[in-house]
Amino acid sequence: MGIEQKAANMGVVTTSLEAAVNWARTNAMWPMLFGLACCAIEMMSAQAANFDMSRFGMELMRASPRQSDLMIVAGRVTRKMAPVLRRLYDQMPDPKWVVSMGDCASNGGVFNNYAVVQGVDEIVPVDVYIAGCPPRPEALIDGILKLHEKVKKEKLTDWA
Amino acid sequence: MQRLYRNNGMAELAQIVEKLKVKFPTAIENVREFRGEVTVQVGPDALVEMAMYLRDDPDCDFNFLSDVSGVDYYPEEPRFGVNYHLLSMKHKQRLRLKVRLKGPNPRVPTVTSVWPGANWFERETFDLFGVTFIGHPDLRRLLLPMDFRGHPLRRDNPTVQEEVQFTHNFDEVDRTKPYAKS
Repeated sequence: MGIEQKAANMGVVTTSLEAAVNWARTNAMWPMLFGLACCAIEMMSAQAANFDMSRFGMELMRASPRQSDLMIVAGRVTRKMAPVLRRLYDQMPDPKWVVSMGDCASNGGVFNNYAVVQGVDEIVPVDVYIAGCPPRPEALIDGILKLHEKVKKEKLTDWA
Repeated sequence: MQRLYRNNGMAELAQIVEKLKVKFPTAIENVREFRGEVTVQVGPDALVEMAMYLRDDPDCDFNFLSDVSGVDYYPEEPRFGVNYHLLSMKHKQRLRLKVRLKGPNPRVPTVTSVWPGANWFERETFDLFGVTFIGHPDLRRLLLPMDFRGHPLRRDNPTVQEEVQFTHNFDEVDRTKPYAKS
């Protein structure tokens, strides 16, 4: 009722800048290829035809950190790989988010030993943790949708 | 059903061991046979000479080194062992050489001059056990980061990296975990 509906009929929508920016960020969030171990297979199958991730905006996965804004750490991170991970995270431009996929990336998983980093949040700040060994593609998509909800609640000044 | 080992293969290995005993009477400490596998325990000083003999002699012809691995027998002395698994492709024979080493800093001569493929195996054994290979061209860590301190597969290292976090000790473990700030 009222002016908004009249404007919408003419093809004009009013919204806040925050909502518009967050909507744009969630609808075209490109993940960075960071499949390290078995979770990478589930990530690949989530991207493939059956559990399509492109319907959520992740049309492609960029191998270059400079062209991606979501880092899905899929798999166990060894102590030797840890500085590489941090360097790639630093090379990603803002705004950037990290999803820790699987048990090994979240807390070391079954590998409680000298070689595996006990949770990738020792190295990079994580937004969403996805449990599972490996998590099903539907679980990965659910985690990414939770990240989308988190992004939609963000303020403009978070990344300013 | 294919037999896993041949009976006349045993006789050949016994002949090889006899030849070794004749040529190196003082070096061989122990010979053990188990289910067709023969293990010869040697002293570290005669290792390279014996390896060269095993590779070059036409009856033995062990031209392929399948594996070099380390063992920690703590608290038994001598504490460390290095196992060399040899394969003769011509005679289809396998033999194991075993060296027992003492002490917190075990040293053994390298066999890279005999079989160049031992290079990375010895690097791995050095990385995980701390066994120094004298004469190795490039002895540095292989699997662990370069600045890692310690040799993890030794028995006096702890088997877990951090305490398992349950509900009752969640906050204590949480406090000591190194979280990334940004």
